[in-house]
Amino acid sequence: MGTSLGFHIAFAVLGVGLPALLVVAEGLYLRTHDEAWLRLARRWAGAFAILFAVGAVSGTVLSFELGLLWPRFMAFSGSIIGLPFSAEGFAFFTEAIFLGLYLYGWERLTPVQHWLTGIPIAISGAASSVFVVMANAWMNTPTGFHLDPAGHLQSVDPLAAALNPSTATEDPHMLVSAYVVTGFLVAAVYAAGRLRGRDDADHRRALTMSMVMATAAIALAGITGDSSARFLYQEQPVKFAALEGEYQTQRCAPLHLGGIPLDSEHRVVLAVEVPCALSLLAAFDPNAQVRGLDEFPPDTRPNPILVHLSFDTMVGLGLLLGLLSVLYWLLRWRTGRTPRWLLWGLVAAGPASVVAMEAGWFVTEFGRQPWIVYGILRVSEAATTAPALGPTFVLFLLIYVLLASTTAVLLLRRRG
Amino acid sequence: MTTAAAIAGILWLALTAYAVLAGADFGGGVWDLLASGPRAAGQRRAVAEAMGPVWEANHVWLIFMITGLFTAFPTAFGKLALALYLPFTIAMTGIVLRGAAFAFRGHARGAVEPLSAWGVVFGSASVVTPFFLGTAAASVATGQVDSWPTPYGLLVGAFAVAICAYLAATYLVVETEGTPLEADFRRRAVGAGLASGVLGLLTLALAPALAPTLFHSLTGRGLALLVLALINGPAAAWAVWRSRPRLARLAVVAQVICVLWAWAAGQWPYLLPPTTTIDAAAAPSGTLNAMLVVVAIGMALLLPSLWLLFRVFKKAEASGPRPAA
Repeated sequence: MGTSLGFHIAFAVLGVGLPALLVVAEGLYLRTHDEAWLRLARRWAGAFAILFAVGAVSGTVLSFELGLLWPRFMAFSGSIIGLPFSAEGFAFFTEAIFLGLYLYGWERLTPVQHWLTGIPIAISGAASSVFVVMANAWMNTPTGFHLDPAGHLQSVDPLAAALNPSTATEDPHMLVSAYVVTGFLVAAVYAAGRLRGRDDADHRRALTMSMVMATAAIALAGITGDSSARFLYQEQPVKFAALEGEYQTQRCAPLHLGGIPLDSEHRVVLAVEVPCALSLLAAFDPNAQVRGLDEFPPDTRPNPILVHLSFDTMVGLGLLLGLLSVLYWLLRWRTGRTPRWLLWGLVAAGPASVVAMEAGWFVTEFGRQPWIVYGILRVSEAATTAPALGPTFVLFLLIYVLLASTTAVLLLRRRG
Repeated sequence: MTTAAAIAGILWLALTAYAVLAGADFGGGVWDLLASGPRAAGQRRAVAEAMGPVWEANHVWLIFMITGLFTAFPTAFGKLALALYLPFTIAMTGIVLRGAAFAFRGHARGAVEPLSAWGVVFGSASVVTPFFLGTAAASVATGQVDSWPTPYGLLVGAFAVAICAYLAATYLVVETEGTPLEADFRRRAVGAGLASGVLGLLTLALAPALAPTLFHSLTGRGLALLVLALINGPAAAWAVWRSRPRLARLAVVAQVICVLWAWAAGQWPYLLPPTTTIDAAAAPSGTLNAMLVVVAIGMALLLPSLWLLFRVFKKAEASGPRPAA
């Protein structure tokens, strides 16, 4: 399941971000009648066709797997958070329909009609992400239902469940991350092209456009990420403690940069400590109290090593990506050009943005462990008892490796 | 009628749409695999052109059904997922490989080899997926969810594959009207029609012995639709045989609808016979009402979009062969 999700998420974010680029490029073509924009749009449309197909089928697997692997989770939560899933189904439907029109309609529709069919793709792609993450947010802060004393579901308010407290912070963060990854991946492709000597107008334009998206999105990712962390400090203190590697409950809590949290020593080793910074960041008050892991029973804590390192990976890479964007625009403004070392940096930024996003996903998923529904249902209680899980896991892992490598080969060959 | 029953009806409509639309896409894969003769490449191209713009939208009916099922009938969904883990996993593998293979191959059109292996993957996954979905459906219909696989289920699986191929062939006859390919697909439609007719009758004939629950359903509440199917079947075959492509397409679609709804009507009010009724498996009423609202809003967006999609890509044929894309 985790593998499927990790795989799907990488394709899905491109499904959110690429249509936006497509619509803008084609819109610029309609405005300026400059064929270069059209060439870009058509090129990206071809790439998007493959990515969408793989994203779509891996998404189907997920919806199946929810039931196959977590029958008790779905039996419990299906009626509570099924609503965003159903809404996502419709968003996905819209996306698939207009994608068909868009990809196969170049000759059958007028240019303006064709451009218009791109817009619902971009909107429904973003909507899909919003709906699905609502369900994930609910797993973090489950609301909108009542249990009787025996633990049976008594009444459900699906709207309240969809609009649970985490939705407000988690949803925007995921959405902008999708644009971050798309922006940097596209930029990486064109930066690589320029490094190999294809320094033409198309490459320059594509790079500029993707960097506009990447820069705007990385700034927003910083802001939304910051509010997410502050939200965790309030609502999921144990997750917050784990991702910051904080063991003792204390005022003026230090910020740990890097390092490995060791349960046996109740502290983070090898970390750079910034005194009082954590309290300051979390509550805007250097004397604010931060609750540490030791305050929570061991069987309700996530694995702090994984969560803390993932968190630092995400934040560290995010900051580097931001820095790179600033440098890119600064140099363009000052010198009007982009030096080779910066192009190399942008090539690295593509994969780095994917790593940052996956690390962020690790933070939210592993940070919630051992719970699948925070405070209500444990992962171990929800998993399937069906046989042959191991082989199924290996099978899907192999399929994903195959699909990912084929996709990569096909996409790279387009440029070659 | 209860809200739960209304939602079950909507989900069954979605299943019907999936069967007649995506079923034909599976059938297209079958004909891709079995493409032969001097026009084999042309046959494959016709399949790809017919499927290209619409297959992803067709496929989403399945996703809609899954999410709808786990929202509105979570306990039934949990039960199905546990009992039919294996066939669903295999079908899922087929769905993944098939969709990806179609996209990869479409993308590499004109490019050379290693990728043509994806063509074989596409074709074989198009056989495997409906087969296993058919066996899973048989387990539900016969009230034997816990004893998959049954010999009877295997027969139903084969029937599902045959009817998918039949659907696809009759659609393709319409799509290739006026070209040499029309005759190829007409022959295939006749063959698939015979195969699905024989398998369908066999399924029915063996039901009293092997699937008494299903036989009881079909001859009970489902009887009217069953009789309709038995009359419509030969009519469809006649239309195919006499080269009435549009009529044939309509009749084959009607056949699939009759079979599915005879099954549904027959097992009413059970969701998973012999014990789980629709009302018993339903989620709390708050969820059901909210879902109806979401479905209403969703359909208001969806149906015009679908109409547009099919109008743009499936209407041109009405006025003769379409221009090369």
